[in-house]
Amino acid sequence: MTQDSGMLKHTLRRLLGLLPTLLMLITVTFFMMRMAPGGPFDSEKLLPAEIEANLNAKYHLDEPLLRQYFRYMGQIAVLDFGPSFQYKDWSVNELIAQSYPVSLTVGGLAMLLAFVLGTTLGIAAALRQNTRVDYSLMGIAMLGISVPNFVIAPILILLLAVYAGWLPAGGWDWGIASMVLPVVTLALPVTAYIARLTRGSMIEVLHSNFIRTARAKGLPESVVIRRHALKPAILPVISFMGPATAGLISGSVVIERIFSLPGLGSYFVTGALNRDYTLVMGVVIFYGVLIILLNFLVDLIYAWLNPKIRYDEKY
Amino acid sequence: MKPTRQFFVLAVCVPLLSACGSDDGERLPGSLDRHARAVELVVAEDGRPVPWVLAVEQVLHRDNGEEPVTLDPHLAEGTPSAHILRDLFEGLTSESPTGRVIPGAAIRWNISRDGKTYTFYLRREARWSNGDPVTAEDFVYGLRRSASPSTASNFAQVLLPIANAAEVLAGKVPTDQLGVTAINDHILQIQLKGPTPYFLRLLNHSSTYPVHRPSLVKYGSAFSRPGNLVSNGAYILKDWVLRSRIELVKNENYWDAENVIIKQVFYYPFEDQSAASKQFRAGELHWTYGVPNNQFKWLQRHYPDELVISPWAGSYFFGYNVTREPFIENQDLRLALALALDRDLLTEKVTQFGEQPSYALVPPGIGEFVSPQPEWADWTQAERNDEARRLYAEAGYSEDKPLRFEIRYDTGQNNNKKMALAAASLWKQVLGVQATLVNEEGKVFLRNREQMVLTQVFRSGWTSDYADPFGFLELFRTGHGRNYYGYSNALYDSLLDEIASERIPARRRRLMFEAERILLGGLPFIPVYTYVTKRLVSPRLKGWESNIMDHHYSKNMFLLKSVHEGEASAAAVERDEERPAEPEESVTEEVLPTATEEGQANEAPGEHAAATAAPAAEDGQASEDPGEAANSEEVPKSEPEDDGATAPAEAVPAEVEALPAEIVESPQVQSEAPGETGEVPEENDAAGGDSGSGEGFRE
Repeated sequence: MTQDSGMLKHTLRRLLGLLPTLLMLITVTFFMMRMAPGGPFDSEKLLPAEIEANLNAKYHLDEPLLRQYFRYMGQIAVLDFGPSFQYKDWSVNELIAQSYPVSLTVGGLAMLLAFVLGTTLGIAAALRQNTRVDYSLMGIAMLGISVPNFVIAPILILLLAVYAGWLPAGGWDWGIASMVLPVVTLALPVTAYIARLTRGSMIEVLHSNFIRTARAKGLPESVVIRRHALKPAILPVISFMGPATAGLISGSVVIERIFSLPGLGSYFVTGALNRDYTLVMGVVIFYGVLIILLNFLVDLIYAWLNPKIRYDEKY
Repeated sequence: MKPTRQFFVLAVCVPLLSACGSDDGERLPGSLDRHARAVELVVAEDGRPVPWVLAVEQVLHRDNGEEPVTLDPHLAEGTPSAHILRDLFEGLTSESPTGRVIPGAAIRWNISRDGKTYTFYLRREARWSNGDPVTAEDFVYGLRRSASPSTASNFAQVLLPIANAAEVLAGKVPTDQLGVTAINDHILQIQLKGPTPYFLRLLNHSSTYPVHRPSLVKYGSAFSRPGNLVSNGAYILKDWVLRSRIELVKNENYWDAENVIIKQVFYYPFEDQSAASKQFRAGELHWTYGVPNNQFKWLQRHYPDELVISPWAGSYFFGYNVTREPFIENQDLRLALALALDRDLLTEKVTQFGEQPSYALVPPGIGEFVSPQPEWADWTQAERNDEARRLYAEAGYSEDKPLRFEIRYDTGQNNNKKMALAAASLWKQVLGVQATLVNEEGKVFLRNREQMVLTQVFRSGWTSDYADPFGFLELFRTGHGRNYYGYSNALYDSLLDEIASERIPARRRRLMFEAERILLGGLPFIPVYTYVTKRLVSPRLKGWESNIMDHHYSKNMFLLKSVHEGEASAAAVERDEERPAEPEESVTEEVLPTATEEGQANEAPGEHAAATAAPAAEDGQASEDPGEAANSEEVPKSEPEDDGATAPAEAVPAEVEALPAEIVESPQVQSEAPGETGEVPEENDAAGGDSGSGEGFRE
């Protein structure tokens, strides 16, 4: 009971703690975007002064910066991110709503794949520490980390799509076939990283006293691993997964470009390059909230996995 | 770990595989190609491809470069929007596959003697996609909306030649003061500020498209969404999945629907050209927006029939800031640098796609205009280098005291960086110049270039808004918003004024020639090359022609069952013959009756006192007197007529019309016919290397 209410309090406190962070994020991004040289309507072509005035008036860019800031804060208070400068037919809310499911699906599946595969391989390597299996698995994992996915992706496309014709070379239609390549490509480096993390911490755990005790009690090795070693060994993976998941599900610019996915990631780049103020603000806030929430979630999972962490004691 | 290992092993095989993968290009959806019997291509009497050569599935997959910013024709900017809008809407004028202006929603028009009053006669059979008739009122409404300050159109400058447009845009007068009047349901009159010889070409720019008033009233700014959009072109917007695809289907209410063969068009936004070319190779696309910059040799070897390269109305050059040291008042030094650039080397090694070395400002193939060439254009590079060294030494520079300056450029999916690097090393090699490269993010670059405080030598270029040399020449006018060279020459400016008010084409061309000659003497820029468009196109896709503005209407295209070179291009040729011919006929038929009608109509409203009696009389003349007709006639061939000088461009279409139906042309014919000049304002910088902002940066 006390632990439950402590947990609840902790949760609420952390959620409230979100607000100043977010406010800071929004403010800094807002003014940084405005300070960047060039504006949303600059282009190679000449914009007659009258037209520029009309555009500025339409998007309230003719107002003093502070008033624009407060106008914007007023808008996001009601979760309205405003119209996009670049994609004129759409509001930023619509852009995010349309592209986010794609990023979430690809990133979520990739994370799932990476987690399952990575921990399995990591544990396998740890159990056969310093054998040929271990070395080759870790060698490959090192490669997976160091070969960037903009190298892996085109190779997979060439082999499986262009030459073999088994999978589409890109595009997105919510079919499984169109998901395979992006998910696999996105998952590979993370898988490798997770495998290394798991192996490291597993080896450490396997050498610790409580495992020795468990073994001394005569428990079968499989029970020792599953019941006693797994939980603590996976802790570092969990803390890695918080930000990593946020990164994956907020869309990867590289993967989106190579596979022509309509995800969220490209908006960071095109938004910033085009000085699409509202779009950049929208995705930054969205991403910010996502990261904060996921880190928060990781903390909760931590508490569940590790009895040493007691929130009611800490606060 | 297995996938990783697999990847590594396979990676080794890639070069081997790619060598044998060249036959993949023909695998396209809906085709029977590999196993199809040879199909004899026969063309029916009307010049249409006969049904049995056509693929069963007429579904076109086009790579459209980027996501269109909007499908609201009056807010549109950028080539991606423009391509789609050309399929969805139809302006008063349209273009033939070769880019010649042909009747669009207007079946014919008259131009008054002073070149300031245009009277358009709309097709009576034209319908909106919901069945409503397309009326002059729709155009009036569209043009007013486009010019209205509350629309905040980015591209309303296209309308500036129209009387009062600037005032309307500035909000000084209400939109109904715009010089556009519906005389009756099918006659539209447009008053211009001054004679604007390229005005007809502006009329197929999306800023001038009509919009369907009832749906705008009903849906407001959401009128351009699928399901809401009512359009008057050959296609209807069926679906728009953001950054994934845009689906158009044939508009059965289009006046020429029976001649529209492609039933469904998919436009895909590919931010990455190599992704697009992979999809093309996997058979998922018929048409790409471009090709990856560095793959020319490979593509040429493996996809010779698919790779299509043709001239495009744009120039790439380096600009000098002539208001800053070391280039102020230092014409000889500017010339020295211009001489020392080996353009053949640059186009061969850097741009690689057959870009043409350039020694002037205006790209070739724009109407009949031929640019003056500096005398050194004919020299060998060795001679140029000698002269460059002499001028360089004369300007007081030497090995011990080298010239130093910065070359500023922006990066994206283009060759700007390589180009700057190559130029710097050539200058160093030939003259010993110490040039520093400064790479800037797109918008920062644009800003710096405009402010002219930091720049010395910078990446520059221009693509035509409308294929008229004036659009290029204007850039160097004193105080022009894009004159980031700081060039100012009173004589040049006064020539520009003369050009603006001159309406006799030959005289106007002479003036433009003279102006460009002056400019090349002053040399505030270093010409480097003129652009090309480069793309992969399925050999089964026909009915289109390369043209200098790179405008391609899906309604003209069709997919063949299978590819057999000769037959295929014959079909294409036939189709080109058919297009321009048909409207001309109908024009002649209607001339007399409508001319009378217009005379009466003009009298009635009496709004434009000046435009009443006189033009009516003159119109009568115009249609009878072909001599006077050069500019003021109904047959919109006017400007881009043949002229021996611009030979390859002009020769083809004329011959094409004379060809008997069965003649089989070599495939080159179609690709070498940039033809007349299909001139519509090309909205942005996006398409080519010039682009600057908004692309790239990502990997």
